Amino acid sequence: MKARRLLDESGVLIGLGIIALAFGLLIGPQFFRAANLELMARQTVIVCVAAFGMTMVIVSGGIDLSVGSIISLSTVVTALLLRADLGPAMSASGAVAAGAMCGLVNGLLITRLRVVPFIVTLGTMLLVRGAAKGLADERRIEAPISWLNGLLRTARDGSGFLVPAGIWIAIGLAFAVAGLLRYTRFGRHLFAIGSNERTARLCGVRVNRCKVYVYTIAAALAGLAGLMEFSKLSVGDPTVAVGLELDVIAAVIIGGGSLLGGKGSVLGTIGGAAIMAVIQIGCSQMGLQNWVQQIITGTIIVLAVALDHWRQAARVR
Amino acid sequence: MAETVNRRNSTEPNNGPGAPQARPAGAERGERGASPQRAENARRGPRPASDGEPGPPHRGVCGVGWDGGSGGAKPPGLVFEMRGVRKTFGATTALDGVDLAVGAGEVCALVGQNGAGKSTLMAILAGALEPDAGSMVLEGAPYAPKDPLEARRRGVAMIYQELSLAHHLSVMENIALGFEPARFGFVQRDRLRAMASDALQQLGHSDIAPDAIVGDLSPAAQQLVEIARALATGCRVLVLDEPTSSLGHGDVRRLFSLVRRLKEAGHAIVYISHFIEEVKEVSDRIVVLRDGRKAGEGVTAAMRPDAIVSMMVGRTLEDLYPRSARTVGDAILEISDLTPGSATFTLHRGEILGIAGLLGAGRTRLLRTLFGLEPVRSGRIRVGVYAGPASPERRWRQGMGMLSEDRTGEGLALGLSVANNLTLSRLDDLGPGFVVLPARQDAAANRWLERLGIRAAGPRQPVAELSGGNQQKVAVARLLHHDVDVLVLDEPTRGIDVSSKAQIYALLDGLVSETQTARPRAVLLVSSYLPELLGLCDRIAVMCRGRLGPARPASEWTEHSLLMEASGTRVAS
Repeated sequence: MKARRLLDESGVLIGLGIIALAFGLLIGPQFFRAANLELMARQTVIVCVAAFGMTMVIVSGGIDLSVGSIISLSTVVTALLLRADLGPAMSASGAVAAGAMCGLVNGLLITRLRVVPFIVTLGTMLLVRGAAKGLADERRIEAPISWLNGLLRTARDGSGFLVPAGIWIAIGLAFAVAGLLRYTRFGRHLFAIGSNERTARLCGVRVNRCKVYVYTIAAALAGLAGLMEFSKLSVGDPTVAVGLELDVIAAVIIGGGSLLGGKGSVLGTIGGAAIMAVIQIGCSQMGLQNWVQQIITGTIIVLAVALDHWRQAARVR
Repeated sequence: MAETVNRRNSTEPNNGPGAPQARPAGAERGERGASPQRAENARRGPRPASDGEPGPPHRGVCGVGWDGGSGGAKPPGLVFEMRGVRKTFGATTALDGVDLAVGAGEVCALVGQNGAGKSTLMAILAGALEPDAGSMVLEGAPYAPKDPLEARRRGVAMIYQELSLAHHLSVMENIALGFEPARFGFVQRDRLRAMASDALQQLGHSDIAPDAIVGDLSPAAQQLVEIARALATGCRVLVLDEPTSSLGHGDVRRLFSLVRRLKEAGHAIVYISHFIEEVKEVSDRIVVLRDGRKAGEGVTAAMRPDAIVSMMVGRTLEDLYPRSARTVGDAILEISDLTPGSATFTLHRGEILGIAGLLGAGRTRLLRTLFGLEPVRSGRIRVGVYAGPASPERRWRQGMGMLSEDRTGEGLALGLSVANNLTLSRLDDLGPGFVVLPARQDAAANRWLERLGIRAAGPRQPVAELSGGNQQKVAVARLLHHDVDVLVLDEPTRGIDVSSKAQIYALLDGLVSETQTARPRAVLLVSSYLPELLGLCDRIAVMCRGRLGPARPASEWTEHSLLMEASGTRVAS
């Protein structure tokens, strides 16, 4: 019983180990060098931070397609605020707040208009993208250099402690979100809503309020991911992160999340994001072209979900 | 098309009411002779594209043969016969050797309490269930359908309570669903339309447009579409399951005249209903089922309503229901003129108030309105010191908890663990602040698992893996964990085994008894199982067609009188 549950929860990590090992054998031990591992972490951190929010949304039985657009909006807002001389701290908070506002709108539309999350966030995906382009006048926004640009700079040159600051932020968030899901009333309520919304309502869970919160939190995290994107680009770019929401959703799904709701974990999501990063970097270091990498990633997504279903079926017998 | 219309016209006189008695011998011969051909037609019916004949085939070809059945002649032209049908589900025997035969042009009413076996018997006839023993004969040939589709091909159609129509499709698409006339895979829309309007015309309801979207139609019109579908595919045996439950008075009258027309056209009709007055009016013969056996049958005209009810009730109270000393305490739930339900009653501590009624009488709606799951139209509610409508969340805080009748759809989140389900409504004191500690959740769940004897591997087991009875105990345990004062229970023992039932009965008795608890609770109990209501409740009110009657002491009720009241039958006595 215990062993099986351990396998259930760490299945994605075992998969990650196997895939990493395969690339290690093909490429050689330099694949596991510290610098390379850091590169992978830096590569995956943006998807990871956005995926923490998406994990909560998917656990509650929803979906958020607008995160890619929110990330680009966040880079634009950061750049604009920096240019307006508001200082890095204020600019960063402004970007996260802009993200949170988008999420609040998502949540209110979903609960007040009773339109399914897929449609609402499909709409806001376009809406927010348009807003970002409008704010930036369809151009990249140059911004003065500040410590924000160093969030994801490699720690190998002595800056930061062991890994870049952005990765520490992500690690902190991982613990926070995992704790929120597992150890708080709000987290229990999210699982209940995702598992059976009618039961949640019968048991006095304030379903609508929970949904508004979860979309707001998810979008705030997307705003934070946008801040990291800005740090990587050092400009505000309204055309960045197109289609990134699909990577984010894929990370959650590979990590054991179910689009039907009621399932998902932060650890799994990190594993899912890491699997995609390992494939990406492994392929490019093997000299494989981008299309090979996409085919492998696509296969892994379908296999991961199929494997999960097969395991569930075996369990029920 | 023209050809079909012509042929129908030519057979029309034969379908007149006078015809059957006039030519019984010929009809008899016609029936036997036509039999193979009819079977052939039934087989061809679903594929009109191949034989180029839209509309129900048996009407055109076999009309003459089927005139013989109607009228009081004995035996009528037998259409189907079920002999010694048995069916068990696990330990419970749903059907214990039931015989049923229905003739052409006969309306046979099937009555009985909930759980008497009516639905099971008809599910077997319609191919949805396979009998454990017994045989069936349809139109002279052995009949053992493997699935509903085969039953339909053989000419047996069931019109269910919950209509099984595709709401987004048009009337004609629904009528021909699965049997669309097509050429090279393309649906021939003009033939589809002809087929549909033909079937609707037969029902005498050409007013329903074949192009209308089914979802836009009234429940009555949707029902007609369903019947038209059965006719269009050539069905001769129609089973109507509670056909009037969602109809208004005028629609009921129209349905009755339609049933009479179908009867005159030679169809064999099984009519299932709780409403005895309806059955008296529409049927030729009544068969009463009780506990999976035939409790009686007879020609409708010769059966009195209270005799029918006596047959339905039959046995006496079992001694399953403990009753310790109860003292009626303070009023804790007061309701006046609450709509929907037009209900007025007061519930006190230390008492169980029962609500009896038939399926669809509006009992569940009343409970849901009380609990804030559906809007209050008008009227007053007071729970303890709190007045006015409230959300479910507030109701729980006010000390009121509800058990849903739909255990798997609403009552429990099947994917979640026992502990999560059990503690969901009250996570507050399982950790400091907003924190919920899994260890304390498990401890709380374990306490109830032990006290209620719930068989589970542990508090972390998904509730989906438990048996029905144990699932239900988890759902009840939620109310106990929350420690509510008012328990609102909707069908708490539906679909669970007898030992679990007995445990729940004992538990409820303990909750209201002054000898077993320092703080007697109040229980509002909706049940369709009358012995349970009579055994457990102190007072019982009956709900009929959306209105709750006055609550009277349980000792003044009998199963007989409850059933009379619930089915809207008031006999002057």
